[in-house]
Amino acid sequence: METTHDVIVIGAGPAGLTAAIYLGRARMRTLVVDSGTIGGQMVLTYSVANYPGVLEATGAQIAGVMRRQAEAFGAKIIGQADIKIVDLKGPTKVIEIEDEGVFSAPAVIIATGGIPRTLGLPSEEKFKGRGISFCATCDGDFFAGQDIVVIGGGNSALEESLSLAKVVNSITIVHEFDHFQAQPWVVEQVRANPKVKFLLEQDVREFVGDDTLKEVVSVHKRTGQVSRIPATGAFIFIGYVPNTKAFAGIVEMNEKGEIVSDERMRTSREGVFVAGDARQKPYRQITTAVGDGTVAALSAIEYVTNLARSAKGPGRDDRPA
Amino acid sequence: MLQTNLKHVESTKEFQDLIQNNEKVVVVCGRMGPMCIPVYGVMETLEPKYPDIKFRDMDFDTRVAMETIRSLPDVRTFNGLPFTVYFRNGKVVAATSSIQTKQQVKAILDKHMV
Repeated sequence: METTHDVIVIGAGPAGLTAAIYLGRARMRTLVVDSGTIGGQMVLTYSVANYPGVLEATGAQIAGVMRRQAEAFGAKIIGQADIKIVDLKGPTKVIEIEDEGVFSAPAVIIATGGIPRTLGLPSEEKFKGRGISFCATCDGDFFAGQDIVVIGGGNSALEESLSLAKVVNSITIVHEFDHFQAQPWVVEQVRANPKVKFLLEQDVREFVGDDTLKEVVSVHKRTGQVSRIPATGAFIFIGYVPNTKAFAGIVEMNEKGEIVSDERMRTSREGVFVAGDARQKPYRQITTAVGDGTVAALSAIEYVTNLARSAKGPGRDDRPA
Repeated sequence: MLQTNLKHVESTKEFQDLIQNNEKVVVVCGRMGPMCIPVYGVMETLEPKYPDIKFRDMDFDTRVAMETIRSLPDVRTFNGLPFTVYFRNGKVVAATSSIQTKQQVKAILDKHMV
């Protein structure tokens, strides 16, 4: 495989794949690498019904089409890659991929997205697949007629609760705040469901059981009252955190670990662009990631083209501080 | 039918021949769902790197799955897809439930299959 490229895209979710489509179409030699599954978080979405032009599809289906588009335009894509950042600070950006080699380019687009937020409890991993789940559509049937807990208070948590309520005996929604972040109409539907109970202002402390989950222990944040909720299942939907640790010290980030960029997706580092959920922004949707990917690719194309034209090399004075 | 690049196990006889005639076998039993697709992807990536291991998948909602993987004592407590079972000399040496990363799968392969 070619080791020198015009642009390397790190991350193959909707932002990265969109960038690859635009880069490939502009005849940029493009390499896309991802440490996980091609499609990113989008693949973890069972049904996407708000992507314009697509009535309804699974995230995996949309990801598959995006991948084929990017490859059709010449982008090289490597998934499940063990990626080592060698140098993104200098004029030539260098990464290494285990078993594949060392790759370089004058420009990089960071599109590493987010990773599911966890509670960070030792018992969380122990009961994964033995009571703890992250996908109602995948695993809901295992809990038919049983009592379960849903942890979270955003759209995912409450929409998945509505789905689970069709098969389980009861749901206790455990949430850290005294209000829900989900859309009001979803909250209204959940509140009207007789199978659903609520425990708010909770700090989940432990998952208890033997071979399988038996109960969830949580504590009220203000009163300290301990609740031991009998449950054979616990579905966790507590959002995502930006997947940007590898870029600490290379580009400017905010206190949440989101990469700061300007409207052209330029970061504080020359030749390094960012797109998608890794970026500081208020809304995280497939559509916003696609928009970011487009802008980042167009900016990278302009940057690489100007580099090639300029005998002096790169230079600009309007990057974020 | 699973849409993966892995070979599918489609009959009980095929499964039995597989684990009897091969020292090292991994079977991912699932659906084309959000938790399963990443695991198939991991196995597809690792397959060429572990040529002595047979990587296979199996549709969870089939008779062969009911008669083989789903009836194993090792998965009795599982309630997260996919069920991934690692066989050595016909015996189960490891089994996992739900999504797994490449690092988690490699750790199992390196511990039990190499």
